[in-house]
Amino acid sequence: MAAAMPLALLVLLLLGPGGWCLAEPPRDSLREELVITPLPSGDVAATFQFRTRWDSELQREGVSHYRLFPKALGQLISKYSLRELHLSFTQGFWRTRYWGPPFLQAPSVWINLGRSSVMSSQGSSAPLSTSSTPPTQSLPLPPSNPWVWPMTLTTTFCAMLCCRGRWSAPKTSPPGRSSCPVVPRASLISFHLLQAGLSVLLKADRLFHTSYHSQAVHIRPVCRNARCTSISWELRQTLSVVFDAFITGQGKKDWSLFRMFSRTLTEPCPLASESRVYVDITTYNQDNETLEVHPPPTTTYQDVILGTRKTYAIYDLLDTAMINNSRNLNIQLKWKRPPENEAPPVPFLHAQRYVSGYGLQKGELSTLLYNTHPYRAFPVLLLDTVPWYLRLYVHTLTITSKGKENKPSYIHYQPAQDRLQPHLLEMLIQLPANSVTKVSIQFERALLKWTEYTPDPNHGFYVSPSVLSALVPSMVAAKPVDWEESPLFNSLFPVSDGSNYFVRLYTEPLLVNLPTPDFSMPYNVICLTCTVVAVCYGSFYNLLTRTFHIEEPRTGGLAKRLANLIRRARGVPPL
Amino acid sequence: MGLLSDPVRRRALARLVLRLNAPLCVLSYVAGIAWFLALVFPPLTQRTYMSENAMGSTMVEEQFAGGDRARAFARDFAAHRKKSGALPVAWLERTMRSVGLEVYTQSFSRKLPFPDETHERYMVSGTNVYGILRAPRAASTESLVLTVPCGSDSTNSQAVGLLLALAAHFRGQIYWAKDIVFLVTEHDLLGTEAWLEAYHDVNVTGMQSSPLQGRAGAIQAAVALELSSDVVTSLDVAVEGLNGQLPNLDLLNLFQTFCQKGGLLCTLQGKLQPEDWTSLDGPLQGLQTLLLMVLRQASGRPHGSHGLFLRYRVEALTLRGINSFRQYKYDLVAVGKALEGMFRKLNHLLERLHQSFFLYLLPGLSRFVSIGLYMPAVGFLLLVLGLKALELWMQLHEAGMGLEEPGGAPGPSVPLPPSQGGKHTGPRQGLDGTEAGSPDLPSTAAGLHRPHQLLTGLPAGHHHGAHCCACQASWAPDPLCCPAGADQPGSHAPWQPVPVAGAAGGATVTGRGLAALPGSASPGCAGAPHLRRPALPTAVPGPLPLLAAFLECALLEVRSACPGWDRDSPRTPFCLLLGK
Repeated sequence: MAAAMPLALLVLLLLGPGGWCLAEPPRDSLREELVITPLPSGDVAATFQFRTRWDSELQREGVSHYRLFPKALGQLISKYSLRELHLSFTQGFWRTRYWGPPFLQAPSVWINLGRSSVMSSQGSSAPLSTSSTPPTQSLPLPPSNPWVWPMTLTTTFCAMLCCRGRWSAPKTSPPGRSSCPVVPRASLISFHLLQAGLSVLLKADRLFHTSYHSQAVHIRPVCRNARCTSISWELRQTLSVVFDAFITGQGKKDWSLFRMFSRTLTEPCPLASESRVYVDITTYNQDNETLEVHPPPTTTYQDVILGTRKTYAIYDLLDTAMINNSRNLNIQLKWKRPPENEAPPVPFLHAQRYVSGYGLQKGELSTLLYNTHPYRAFPVLLLDTVPWYLRLYVHTLTITSKGKENKPSYIHYQPAQDRLQPHLLEMLIQLPANSVTKVSIQFERALLKWTEYTPDPNHGFYVSPSVLSALVPSMVAAKPVDWEESPLFNSLFPVSDGSNYFVRLYTEPLLVNLPTPDFSMPYNVICLTCTVVAVCYGSFYNLLTRTFHIEEPRTGGLAKRLANLIRRARGVPPL
Repeated sequence: MGLLSDPVRRRALARLVLRLNAPLCVLSYVAGIAWFLALVFPPLTQRTYMSENAMGSTMVEEQFAGGDRARAFARDFAAHRKKSGALPVAWLERTMRSVGLEVYTQSFSRKLPFPDETHERYMVSGTNVYGILRAPRAASTESLVLTVPCGSDSTNSQAVGLLLALAAHFRGQIYWAKDIVFLVTEHDLLGTEAWLEAYHDVNVTGMQSSPLQGRAGAIQAAVALELSSDVVTSLDVAVEGLNGQLPNLDLLNLFQTFCQKGGLLCTLQGKLQPEDWTSLDGPLQGLQTLLLMVLRQASGRPHGSHGLFLRYRVEALTLRGINSFRQYKYDLVAVGKALEGMFRKLNHLLERLHQSFFLYLLPGLSRFVSIGLYMPAVGFLLLVLGLKALELWMQLHEAGMGLEEPGGAPGPSVPLPPSQGGKHTGPRQGLDGTEAGSPDLPSTAAGLHRPHQLLTGLPAGHHHGAHCCACQASWAPDPLCCPAGADQPGSHAPWQPVPVAGAAGGATVTGRGLAALPGSASPGCAGAPHLRRPALPTAVPGPLPLLAAFLECALLEVRSACPGWDRDSPRTPFCLLLGK
């Protein structure tokens, strides 16, 4: 997959070297944050978040002076009257079964260009929330040509985004949003870094030795006050990596910042108003402490994340005592009793997807949805975008759980159009408690035109992952939090209500082989075919359709002909 | 193609086919055999070469050094296996997890159609254990498989040890782009088939098995490993799969590359590579290897558990460690390094293996015969069937006329009332010189295609002359008795279904013909067709149709004493002269 997802790193820390305009109060601010979470499997996830907020109405005021906010994105917003933009690039696959529910719900590559209306910053920022108050004034529409968006973003992010066919919108998404939910394969090459603060840790050769790597840009407007009379623009850049404990720690599960990033923290970012490191020190066993962190944290923070109560140690880089003690901060975590080699606990919802069957004519897409909750059933919204060259047979759609047919409470199907738009299949399925639900649909592989094959047609064609959205029952009731005050990572774990938490999962992308001609000898094939057709067709056709007569042999020669002439003259039948 | 639409040339061609049928058949058969034997000589057999550019040059430096670890794993495995009497599933799971794999198991059972040889049982059940090495920053879309089939006896434990040691080594590397599945199957091929069917979620053999919990995308290639000793003298590679399917030649080239690089002794069909292809010894040894390969392919049986992967379009081969009485032995590190190199190269693959040949014959590891070169041999052999069929078809045509002739008449060849016969045959006989090509007769105008069809409505036996002549004009002349076509209309009469009746009918009609054309009696020929007629029923494919056809053909050619049919003197055919 290294080739399939080429080198990808984008961090748009285009923290401009703009002048320090001390004359007027800075209207923009930067917060940075790193969350380190040991995962159930023993691996370690690190999530960076850089949030820039700018109190400026980019679309109304003619803004020309940029300070912290990147100019390229600001211009994009003002030029296309962009309402929202979410763009994420992911290398790797979040293994929900071993790592637990994902932090940043990002598939392999997920692009979501929004034009939805302003979201209230007090409201929930769940991706599912569809708080769409209609726009107060008509804005110039973004270009209708579906290629402009990928092209624009391509130039901005130095990424290659190809979306075959038209971008389609699922029915459950807010109206007026054009999105290409998932592009299973994209290339991206970009690198802009400012080495200060937490971004010191972003060292490329370490980041690329991880087993998962996802970066995202989210731009959206937020309200400045409760009545939402004016808006600010928020840019969040996130980077999430999972370090392979087996490789990094040589089999041990202890870790330190230095071991993971081969750097330590030395100073806070001079531009940041907040610079913190959170370490998840939740003890899995209630009775005794299983791990300890060094240096001991000054404060801790408790919250309910993904349905479980978590404790975080807080290291504030702006706290001068933190770094000045030893000139650097190398956070270490040690397991007192190393967890044994046993299968890690399984999350309540995970999924698996595969292509079944063999041969190049037909196949079946199967999705297994696991609900491991012992007694609670919950519904799941399954969204499948299947490219048109897999011709789905919708009548073969079967959903079975526990050996019985499971009737989905809602189905939306939009058939594909060849070369224009993919199949869109959306279902709301109730998953019974402690069950495996199998969703399968048969397809036939289409024969493409020969110019439509990719340069490496025998590699196969990617089918984007299906997207699962669910409200999973939580173990601990969560209380609503004040979003502005709580740590940034809280925005990654949206809470819909006290008893459930929202999870969006992406299944594996699939690689499907289509019937592929032998491109290595097109010339031979063309020549041979043409020759055979030219030589054989005419003759065979002639032979099959002609009526044959026997020609009288010319016997007698000249004498007979003469005789016949004379006989004709005489009026006697010829010889 | 003009050849077929021109009646004269077509007749000539048909004559050639019929006359020279036996020699042509023999020639074609011999040519086929000779071509096949010639396949092992250098102009026809080529050196193998790597077509896939992703695996082109050997740039991989193998670092596997876990020989001791492999032996330790193998000892543990053998001990646990002896203790439990079956595959030590729990131990395997624990060990695979300790080397950092995602471990899953799959249980399966199958009712055999016949009792097991060793245990006299019908029901076989077992458990497969597999661990998946997840490639970093990859989305599990592609994978490679290393599989070790474990039979009922305690062989192959060294292979399991090497598999585990390789897994431990591979797990520490960061270059993997494809997931790697390490699969240990129980009950040899049964377990492999159960796992493959469950992986692809199909059921073709009625196997009951538990669904797989973990998958790793599309399998690109697989290597099966069989080792039963700590040291090996050589590695034997098996390529023949189910129903004679073969993996892509590039996979074999890859193996051969690493054999050469590691200095391993590699064999094919248990035979060493001939070094010298210029003298006769090399090709002769190659011929043995090649014939063994053809024989194994013809058996249709998979020769190793790799053979079952081929159905699912997974390129696969089996490596067998052979321990014989040679001086130089290689330890597991050498085998492990070869496997490591192969997997790293397969890891580089961008596309499925498709560049090289899928259909080939191997006279040696470094030589191959492509399909374009061995198909002519098959073509020559098949040409014999074609020639025989052509001949039989032509004969059938003529016999078919005889069959249809009776029409509504009760007896197939009842002598005709002379009055009718005279009425209808009269004008024909007048046209004999023009090959019955009278344009005012509709039956002959369209008669070239199916003359006898047009004639079925007419009174039986009336058109012998027309039949014979039309038939000769269109298809083939009777080699024995009707050589010049229209001159001897009566001579066709003996071609009737029942030999005895045919003789009788022949006599009458010949008489009629004689009346019309004085001096054309052919008593010598009337008998000869009888000898040929039984050829029709035996031509139905029997156990050895080809040989039978040959013998018969040769016999008949000798016994039918009617040579000279092809002489260019239609008015004086040889058989008539002989008859006189």
